[in-house]
Amino acid sequence: MATEAQGAAEGGLVFHPMDQFMVKPLFGDGAVGIFTLTNVTFWMALTVLAIFGLLVLGTSGRATIPTRTQSIAELAYDFIRKMVEDVAGKDGLVFFPYIMTLFLFILFANILGLLPMAFTTTSHIAVTAVLAMLVFLTVTIVGFVKNGAGFLGLFWVSSAPLPLRPILALIEVISYFVRPVSHSIRLAGNMMAGHAVIKVFAAFAPMIVISTGIGLVVTPLSILAISTIYALEVLVACIQAYVFTILTCVYLKDALHPHH
Amino acid sequence: MEGDIVQMGAYIGAGLACTGMGGAALGVGHVAGNFLAGALRNPSAAGGQTATLFIGIAFAEALGIFSFLVALLLMFAV
Repeated sequence: MATEAQGAAEGGLVFHPMDQFMVKPLFGDGAVGIFTLTNVTFWMALTVLAIFGLLVLGTSGRATIPTRTQSIAELAYDFIRKMVEDVAGKDGLVFFPYIMTLFLFILFANILGLLPMAFTTTSHIAVTAVLAMLVFLTVTIVGFVKNGAGFLGLFWVSSAPLPLRPILALIEVISYFVRPVSHSIRLAGNMMAGHAVIKVFAAFAPMIVISTGIGLVVTPLSILAISTIYALEVLVACIQAYVFTILTCVYLKDALHPHH
Repeated sequence: MEGDIVQMGAYIGAGLACTGMGGAALGVGHVAGNFLAGALRNPSAAGGQTATLFIGIAFAEALGIFSFLVALLLMFAV
């Protein structure tokens, strides 16, 4: 792992692209404990405040003809409600508040993380793993409470020929337990990868200062690349929030209707 | 040039792990391309299938992210 001084001495990156994901205390340089205020907790609090601003303050007017903020809040509400109803079914609407919370938290954390100098809370597997484990536990508990032992029918594919079923059951069990892993790593990996790529190009951007000859080509190219990738990252931030929630709905559908 | 052979192996492994992302790229392109081909044949049915499209893309992409994760683990955790 290249340290800062080593990188600068060899003419490589002056800062490490993964430095932006370091958890630091907000005040002072002490060790990070459970109750330390860090940049993670700061940006999480900002996320919650932003959601509060949109949903509570934005809709406080309760106008019949909505203002712009109110209609954004209503659009988000309608969008998620329709998604839950379409994917998880009518009885999945009990979980609508939970899924709406998940969607808004991930969406706002992703988008706030795109601000320059911001910290992307969802780029840490520790954060997304908790979200994914909660979904996994909810789905498993709901599945057993609603269907009892019938939930195990999810693993027993009754439409397949009988000799094939044990093998399929093994595959289904493995894929069931891989769900929280892929669910959390997909979000964290996407956020982390995009931000690291931006930082790598950001390290090439001051090339014009270091060596003007090659820098005349490299600097405009890397600034163009940063802008393009940034636009892509805005798209990815929204799509990953959408994907996380729709997969939650798909898993919930499995718990509510386990029969193939 | 300094360092030990374990570190060299980790770096080579991280580079090799990145080839897995090519597979994910093929998979995502396959999903999106087939969706477009189907959508152009029956545009009226395409709107209702965008959720399926994104689920398919997400599953294909997850495996590429796994290889990225392996590369990161080799770089920073080994």
